[in-house]
Amino acid sequence: MNLESLYQEIILDHYKHPRGRGLRDPYAVEVHHVNPTCGDELTVRVVIDGDTVTDVSYDGQGCSISQASASMLFELLVGHSIVDDLATTDEFVKLMQGRGQVEPDEDVLGDAVAFAGVAKYPARVKCALLAWMAWKDAVSQAAASQTPEVAP
Amino acid sequence: MTAVHAPVSGLLDVERVAADFPILSRTVRNGNRLVYLDSGATSQKPTAVLDAEREFYTRHNAAVHRGAHLLAEEATDAYESARERIAALVGAETRELVFTKNATEAINLVAYTFSNATAKALHGRALPDGAERFILKPGDEIVVTEMEHHANLVPWQEVCDKTGAVLRWIGVDDDGRLDLDHSEHGLEAVLTDRTRVVALTHQSNVLGTITPVARIAAAAHAVGALVVLDACQSVPHMPVDVSTLGVDYLAFSGHKMLGPSGIGVLWGRYDLLDSMPPFLTGGSMIEVVRMEGSTFAPPPQRFEAGVPMAAQAIGLGAAVDYLAAITSTDGSLSGLDAVAAHEHALTAYALESLADVPGVRVFGPLATESRGSVVSFVVDGIHAHDVGQVLDDRGVEVRVGHHCAWPLHRRFGVAATTRASFYIYNGTRDIDDLVAAVRHAQSFFGVTGGAAS
Repeated sequence: MNLESLYQEIILDHYKHPRGRGLRDPYAVEVHHVNPTCGDELTVRVVIDGDTVTDVSYDGQGCSISQASASMLFELLVGHSIVDDLATTDEFVKLMQGRGQVEPDEDVLGDAVAFAGVAKYPARVKCALLAWMAWKDAVSQAAASQTPEVAP
Repeated sequence: MTAVHAPVSGLLDVERVAADFPILSRTVRNGNRLVYLDSGATSQKPTAVLDAEREFYTRHNAAVHRGAHLLAEEATDAYESARERIAALVGAETRELVFTKNATEAINLVAYTFSNATAKALHGRALPDGAERFILKPGDEIVVTEMEHHANLVPWQEVCDKTGAVLRWIGVDDDGRLDLDHSEHGLEAVLTDRTRVVALTHQSNVLGTITPVARIAAAAHAVGALVVLDACQSVPHMPVDVSTLGVDYLAFSGHKMLGPSGIGVLWGRYDLLDSMPPFLTGGSMIEVVRMEGSTFAPPPQRFEAGVPMAAQAIGLGAAVDYLAAITSTDGSLSGLDAVAAHEHALTAYALESLADVPGVRVFGPLATESRGSVVSFVVDGIHAHDVGQVLDDRGVEVRVGHHCAWPLHRRFGVAATTRASFYIYNGTRDIDDLVAAVRHAQSFFGVTGGAAS
């Protein structure tokens, strides 16, 4: 284990040059999540159209891991179906909770496989998951609010 | 990297002290020397403390204050002897010292006294003589400070929610000192004839600020309020004498002063303890129990329900003995005077060393006057978590985050800081390693101010 395996180039690049950062209007649902142990916080907005996630916008402050993770989430999820995005989320969570024993699926996670090194540092897993937990909360609220009361 | 500063006087023989702490000989993260700079969170334990706990379990283990057999006698004697020695350390009477799980529980014990007394009074239930002073009315005021650890803030917020009392607070100035003037959050404006409790820290766990306790306690008493002091960061590091401090209650934890985890202390003036309704209830805190109701034992037993944490109390007693036996290198100081002189010198060295690093900003007093040995800082351009990670990679173990003082961090406009805190086993070499690691973090993250190391 070394620092370079944790702070891979691609993670530092997303940290220094975040993709899709900034809160955008309109949106379906907004959530605000915090990491109570360190005070990091993130606001996430989602926009869905039918089954498709059309935007995830975010803003917040925190460490390189939490902010890079939000940036990668944006790249991975926007423009895909809710079902696919939830599967991607599950894959990411599985990787992060694997304590370095889970082989990441690059086809699903793309650049986010770089977070494999973070899984070896249990104290930082929550940082990496902050955006993903917020997004999951937001999209489930958004999906619930557009589900018709009675199925056709 | 070598130190560029003049030799530091007043320091303990750190190598000799460190030899008493087995954990300090291990290595961390790829064979690095362990540079433990997180004693503000919890201290390491000397062999004497580990041995005392083991000795209790191997020779004397029994439930304290129960049973008439030999082991019960020995266990009870050892437990009560620890109480005596710990009380002596802080100038207290033995019967005024209550053992709790930790300092958080000790503060909650006092806080619950107010909400419990208020609830019982509301229903016309019996209270000890003198308990009127714990009954709160809507509009009564509880005063804390903006630099409190959550443990001395959240319990008082809860008391307010349960009683209708109002929480007010003394503010913190840009240098990290309490506002004592007439400004909105200054002491003079915040204290009123409605103030019933003033709860404050003796030393900030973030800024290192030592608060003017005597002055604040006098002002609080002048309006009839009781004073609760969080002494978690003072009792382990400097002489504290409750007989001259001027406060009514004082809380501290064992694990921050070389003792085991799971043991804390509440000291209270005996007349106050005696007029308090119980907090946790059950076995061994009672006088007579009937189905219709119960009466309670005198202090301190009234506040020690259930089988107590004997081994931890005995371990803390050994820690107190260890601290009392510490002697300065030249033999001129002993006990906590020697500890305080050591940390004072170390803190001066740390403040001076960090001031040499561009891009590092220290929060709290920059001079060592009325200042303890925690040093919190930000490294511009690097989040505290990332600073801590790079330091950890080099064996330098510090605390990162808000250190359970979120409102204080908000006051200074930062989400998180990096905190180095020192104790008797730390020396200038540890601070040199800290500073070198901070410079390395700057270089790793490519921010200005850093030099490769």
